Amino acid sequence: MNAMAQNAHKAIEATPLLRVDGLTKWYGHVVGCRDVSFEIRPGEVLGIVGESGSGKTTVLNCISGRLPPSAGQVEFDTSRFGPADIYGLSEPDRRRMQREEWGFVHQNPRDGLRMRASGGANVAEPLMNLGGRHYGKMRAATIEWLERVELDIGRIDDKPRHFSGGMQQRIQVARNLIHGPRLVFMDEPTGGLDVSVQARLLDLLRELVRDLGLAVIIVTHDMAVARLMADRLMVMKSGYVVETGLTDQVLDDPQHPYSQLLVSSVLQI
Amino acid sequence: MTSPLIIVEDLAKTFVLHNADGAAIPVFERLTLEVASGECVVLAGESGVGKSTLMRSIFGNYLPTQGAVRVLHDDAYLDITRAQPHQVIDVRRRTLGYVSQFLRVIPRIPTLRLVMEPLLENGVSLEEARARAETLLAALRLPRAHWDLPPATFSGGEQQRVNIARSFIRNYPVMLLDEPTASLDAENRAIVVQLIRQALDRGAAMIGIFHDHDVRDAVATRLFSVSEFKAAA
Repeated sequence: MNAMAQNAHKAIEATPLLRVDGLTKWYGHVVGCRDVSFEIRPGEVLGIVGESGSGKTTVLNCISGRLPPSAGQVEFDTSRFGPADIYGLSEPDRRRMQREEWGFVHQNPRDGLRMRASGGANVAEPLMNLGGRHYGKMRAATIEWLERVELDIGRIDDKPRHFSGGMQQRIQVARNLIHGPRLVFMDEPTGGLDVSVQARLLDLLRELVRDLGLAVIIVTHDMAVARLMADRLMVMKSGYVVETGLTDQVLDDPQHPYSQLLVSSVLQI
Repeated sequence: MTSPLIIVEDLAKTFVLHNADGAAIPVFERLTLEVASGECVVLAGESGVGKSTLMRSIFGNYLPTQGAVRVLHDDAYLDITRAQPHQVIDVRRRTLGYVSQFLRVIPRIPTLRLVMEPLLENGVSLEEARARAETLLAALRLPRAHWDLPPATFSGGEQQRVNIARSFIRNYPVMLLDEPTASLDAENRAIVVQLIRQALDRGAAMIGIFHDHDVRDAVATRLFSVSEFKAAA
């Protein structure tokens, strides 16, 4: 039976896309995050939850190549070089990999969009950055993506500031997916939206994740968002990961005192 | 002799409430159960004895304190209590279905889409998923006018039927039924009994909780008393 069990194990095991080992970040004498280790596979959605100041965003910034850690490794299975420590790559190589293989959806669309360019240009820009030269093809791809995130094509030339918060967030999602990334980071992607807009965006994100087989790392303090989006959770407190596991297990049967407190503090409606 | 589809081995569950001075609430211990293809084991015992806790432990929703839950998945047994999250997700997607009393879904998604979802996750085409969802919703007598509406405003019985449709649309080899008929009238209960029997006939293994004695007698192949494994407080 043991040998059989191992075979089955292999069948669903895929090579990790991202492997984080012993990640630590100090801000002077203050701990940002401490000894964080995890892996993520293609098609997996990992939620990082915890209260403000728990280190969620520090972890996200370190693993997405935006903030060099004080210690530890962030290894990504790059198409160009195979598995590589992202901070071991040269600056141009790392930036190129970020552009080609990653997406990053900010909480505030203004941080992820160019507010002076049109909605359509914002969506098309990643293709141009990756060397796209064929205008017709890029325009077709842009229209396809605007449709996918359910935006009115007639408004392709409007500036982001003329769109509502929910629509801006859709433009940001399209801009971050159009180039076919394998890993997408999301920092409170529905944070600034009212609940009705939030539900539709969550549904859209879930559908895209399923259809594209994306790996997603999503930071949120909203347990309801975590339950709907994430396959598994990492609970952080004071820079440490205090519990990890299957999303519904962590939320319905939390083991660590802090996770129990966090889950029991959610208001019921 | 065919091997069981699910083996519960020496299972124990104690809840520890850290924010209530670490109070420990023991539920059951040394619990052992095997369920084979075509069997429907109904959990018996009074309210609070741990029937739902056992179900949730088998599904991987609760983390047992001790023991193993082995599910036959891709011709091999996988211990749910020790499996990696992505393995549990794979088991739930293809092998282990769960019908709870409550419908928990993203708001504002139309009913038909919700019912199609388990098929879409398994790579079934949009057309086929739609056809099967329509057939099932019709069989469960959910008014056609409801299909394009999100279920949030439906009655308890209607939501329950959406829930049942979501679970029975896939032919899961193992199914866990936590009071699937709780808020249904007699006619709808009879339809669910029929769905359960069809699933058993094609070889599914089931573990169920039914407070309704008629339903229980109609589907149970044997009863399993959870109270026999009650842990000492």
